[in-house]
Amino acid sequence: MADRPVPVVEKRLMDVKLGELGSWLGGRDFTPNGILQAIRRGHDRYYNKYINVKKGGIGGVAMLLVGYVAISYLWEYDHISEILTI
Amino acid sequence: MTLSLFDQFMSPTLLGVPLIGLALALPWVLFFQPGARWMNNRLVTLQAVFMNWFVKQIFQPMSLGGHKWAALLMSLMLFLITLNMLGLLPYTFTPTTQLSLNMAFAVPLWLATVIIGMRNQPTHALGHLLPEGTPTALIPVLIVIETISLFIRPLALGVRLTANLTAGHLLIQLIATAAFVLFPMMPSVAILTSILLFLLTLLEIAVAMIQAYVFVLLLSLYLQENV
Repeated sequence: MADRPVPVVEKRLMDVKLGELGSWLGGRDFTPNGILQAIRRGHDRYYNKYINVKKGGIGGVAMLLVGYVAISYLWEYDHISEILTI
Repeated sequence: MTLSLFDQFMSPTLLGVPLIGLALALPWVLFFQPGARWMNNRLVTLQAVFMNWFVKQIFQPMSLGGHKWAALLMSLMLFLITLNMLGLLPYTFTPTTQLSLNMAFAVPLWLATVIIGMRNQPTHALGHLLPEGTPTALIPVLIVIETISLFIRPLALGVRLTANLTAGHLLIQLIATAAFVLFPMMPSVAILTSILLFLLTLLEIAVAMIQAYVFVLLLSLYLQENV
């Protein structure tokens, strides 16, 4: 399925071959502007897939909240693990 | 054991990144922008219904000059409600338990209402310091008292929010620890404690919403006096 050769940096992550991973990472835009654009792209993808649909249910928001709880648990693991050892 | 109860209010950091940053940025993600359609999906519509209802509640008694504050007060209300409710999820951090944050909300907004009053209608604003119908002998004392009460307002706003949320979280942690410890020894008492915990959590959900509402309502009242 090789139509036209695409520059490595512009491929999506799943299309990058393992050998090309280094050059892919090196060419990505890590400036603050680039990071903001990446965050906005990710947000738009999630929003349009789970929330901006005709019959959106509680699932879209619930996934976000569960992810938030999971991240908080990871963040506070050091603290919490000390409670049971005292 | 007493020290560890307050540990939940220390701003936790991971690799130098404070969790409070994530907690403060999260409300942005949870509110949906209306699309470019005439009729949006049910989630956006539900959100719009609540927002319209809140705005009408708060801005109905206010004169037109105060309506400029609608966007600010509404976003403040949504922010506070979201922060409070998110804090009730397990393992999360509630930024509104930090006095610094609540004072940062209260002091500038209160000061803005006072300055607006003093600039636009100084006589009327100063007239609030003396309630109508006071006996003449009491006037000096009352002016002092009213000035003190004016300056205590931002302190009261900030501390009210902080204290309510902190107390709620502490209670939840205490009672949960009690239920957890009692469970191997006296299961029946532990079940009673668990029922108490459940009711307390319901109360906390209510308190979270009410406190945010009270904060914004009081600010709108101060604005009404001065605008």
